[in-house]
Amino acid sequence: MTDPIKQFALRMGDNALILGQRLGEWCGHAPALEEDIALANISLDLIGQTQLWLGFAGQLEGYEKTADDLAFHREVYDFHNLLLLEQPNRDFGHTMMRQYLFDTFHFLQLTALQTSSEQRVCDIAAKAVKEVSYHLERSSETVIALGDGTEESHARMQSALDRLWPFVGEMLTDDAIDQAVANARIGPRPSELKQDYIKSIEQVLEQATLRIPENNPAQKGGKSGTMHSEHLGHLLAQMQYLQRAYPDARW
Amino acid sequence: MSNEWPLWEIFIRGQHGVSHRHVGSLHAADAEAAIRNARDVYTRRNEGVSIWVVEAAAISASSPGNKGPLYDPSNSKVYRHPSFYDIPDDAGAM
Repeated sequence: MTDPIKQFALRMGDNALILGQRLGEWCGHAPALEEDIALANISLDLIGQTQLWLGFAGQLEGYEKTADDLAFHREVYDFHNLLLLEQPNRDFGHTMMRQYLFDTFHFLQLTALQTSSEQRVCDIAAKAVKEVSYHLERSSETVIALGDGTEESHARMQSALDRLWPFVGEMLTDDAIDQAVANARIGPRPSELKQDYIKSIEQVLEQATLRIPENNPAQKGGKSGTMHSEHLGHLLAQMQYLQRAYPDARW
Repeated sequence: MSNEWPLWEIFIRGQHGVSHRHVGSLHAADAEAAIRNARDVYTRRNEGVSIWVVEAAAISASSPGNKGPLYDPSNSKVYRHPSFYDIPDDAGAM
């Protein structure tokens, strides 16, 4: 198995990068100017976190790469983001539901990472958790407002939850890397966060008058990189185009 | 019923000890959403330590047509301006 801390840093960085890129797709297209600016801000927060995590991964011994190398010169199956985050934006409600389902996890994860045995991980988590605390406030309020809104907004939010629910399981399920990361006291096992996660989303989704689907199979293969959906390739094609066409081009 | 969110006037306090200043307006569904939007629209570059939002409809404004009667009479009363004092540096912003 490859170095768990490197894998861990790639997972953290890729989650932030792929969701950040997805949110960036809304720039100039969001339903209201205020939402447009907010989505772009959140996207930029996540890209900033990407620089820290991938920068950290790239500096680990024997792996001298920059954050840009890792973002722009890896292939689909070298990415370790959660499947949830590569799902397309679809409508605004779907985007906010995806955001909410991840923000809740991200917040719990970063909170726990502040006591990591690895100082650099603590530092990045301490900075990121402030941003993510705001992301979570915004996405949960939006999910409640739209879920408990009009008949149409409620229906769209329920359909977003139904569609995204099968991707939630991957966040909360441990694999060998997660175990190794936990054994080295670098970070929590996802399964340790599960109880708080479920409690938290039950509360918000109840206020949003939305029903959590039952008995959905959990899709996996994103964080391990073994089975990404077809959507990631399209996202990368757009994101990596410039660096692929003009290697090492600089602003 | 209008499909537009109500308009909110946004006031930001740039630093402790200074008053909130009007910075602009934006649309939001309610006061909490207006504060979140103001945070994203007006404090991206670390401009503020406090945000006030006021629904624009709740503001009563003086009429521009009343400019003469309201403001002109004070022009000739120079003694009302405390411009004859030296303000010590330690006093800070006045």
